[in-house]
Amino acid sequence: MDQQNSTSAELPKAEPSIFKGFKQFFIDVYDVFRFIFRFFKEVFAPPYEFRELIKQCWEVGVRSLLLITVTGFIVGLIFTKQSRPSLLQFGATSWIPSLVSIAIMRALAPLVTALISAGRVGSSIGAELGSMRVTEQIDAMEVSGTHPFKYLVCMRTLATTIAIPLLSVYNGLIAMLGGYLNVYVNEGTSFTTYVQQFFQPLGYIDFFSSLAKATIFGFTIGIVGSYKGWNSSSGTAGVGKAANSAVVTAMFLVFIEEVIIVQITGWFR
Amino acid sequence: MGKQHHAINYNEKVISIKGLTKSFGSYHVLRGIDLDLFKNENLVVLGRSGTGKSVLIKIISGLLRADAGQVNVLGNEVVGISTRDLQELRRRIGFSFQNSALYDSMTVRKNLEFPLVRNQKNLKRKEIDSMVERVLEAVGLKQTINQMPAELSGGQRKRIGIARTLILRPEIMLYDEPTAGLDPITSMEINNLINSVQERFNTSSIIITHDLTCAKAVGDRVAMLLDGQFQRQGAFEEVFDTDDVRVKQFYDYNFTD
Repeated sequence: MDQQNSTSAELPKAEPSIFKGFKQFFIDVYDVFRFIFRFFKEVFAPPYEFRELIKQCWEVGVRSLLLITVTGFIVGLIFTKQSRPSLLQFGATSWIPSLVSIAIMRALAPLVTALISAGRVGSSIGAELGSMRVTEQIDAMEVSGTHPFKYLVCMRTLATTIAIPLLSVYNGLIAMLGGYLNVYVNEGTSFTTYVQQFFQPLGYIDFFSSLAKATIFGFTIGIVGSYKGWNSSSGTAGVGKAANSAVVTAMFLVFIEEVIIVQITGWFR
Repeated sequence: MGKQHHAINYNEKVISIKGLTKSFGSYHVLRGIDLDLFKNENLVVLGRSGTGKSVLIKIISGLLRADAGQVNVLGNEVVGISTRDLQELRRRIGFSFQNSALYDSMTVRKNLEFPLVRNQKNLKRKEIDSMVERVLEAVGLKQTINQMPAELSGGQRKRIGIARTLILRPEIMLYDEPTAGLDPITSMEINNLINSVQERFNTSSIIITHDLTCAKAVGDRVAMLLDGQFQRQGAFEEVFDTDDVRVKQFYDYNFTD
């Protein structure tokens, strides 16, 4: 009997998996917030890595232009094409520019830009930092008395936060052109009239909410990619996992943020 | 062939470790180790893989935190040191990584400039260039200045990794497995380089290895890490003059076919 008691006393108590899962979830959330806090703490403090910031803005912005141009044009063209039959039934095809502008400027441009950037930029940040982590390049920066967090994480996140809103505005304008192609082919509307009708329903709140949304999306993509890469586990599998997880998590968060921001801007309209 | 001994200052400790412990979960890697490194000394830490050799130098450089004990480096207590002081201290320590850890996206020149321009803000372009050329000359790889790390051989990468640490003129060098994965001739070149760094730059070094040829060639003193503690310390011959089966086994596997 005594022996039994002592044996059970020595065995570690197994933690139920549901509690373990919850515990891990809260540890992860805590880590993410600590990472974000560190970003804000370091981003405004010297030394300033302007050269690296410009390089990263170039990587995120200029190198995405072709992709953003093609997708923006297609989104504008397809959206106009798909809306036309419904509006035609009510003889309201003249509303197409307004409809396109509201849909694109309020929602589609930031969302499409964010999703493309999450795939292109988020995965690249996750993979790059992940590979630097597993090959000890980040440790090498750390031991040489430099600031790898500032150089790698802050500059990349700042670059996505700056470049993605600009790409979003560009995407909206290109989508406008895509929409015009369809309108011109079917209605023969002049470009000036189309542009006037396109911007007519838009207010400052639409422009600023769209810009704010794209800024938040940009920050999310940068910080998620950096977090996943920075905390990548060792080995090549860890790098792949970091890149994949950066895309999936960033896309998921972008949709959640979209819902929340739409709700908030709805209150101001 | 053993090494020629240099003027080691046994009155000045540059690293002093007392009762250092480190565990990963339930695995106790370091179990209360004591170690001193003297000025201008090359100390070789020997041990099998997974015995905590790399963990030891990562704790010294502040990459890992000790669970308990004292780690005094150049008069600074590393356990509980502030981030700012650690940054300062790290400028005085050079760390050569096992896989060199060169920055893939930068040329050799940029790799060498990276720590330099971030630690010495007021340097002019001409001074930077001359410092880069000087360290490249010291490691015998001046011709690789514009090459990318991917274009270098394993031995060249190790040398550039060492050059990158030397550019800040460190007082202490930490070498993690400097000859791992290299052929015997390249290993010998790296051993010679470690000795020449000690001589030219007056560094005190800890060399982590399980290569006894390297230990014999570069070590002024050898410390054998077994079961999380230093079981034997002394000159190379003294360490292996023992009946301890584990030590003998280590020697036999290195030197007999």
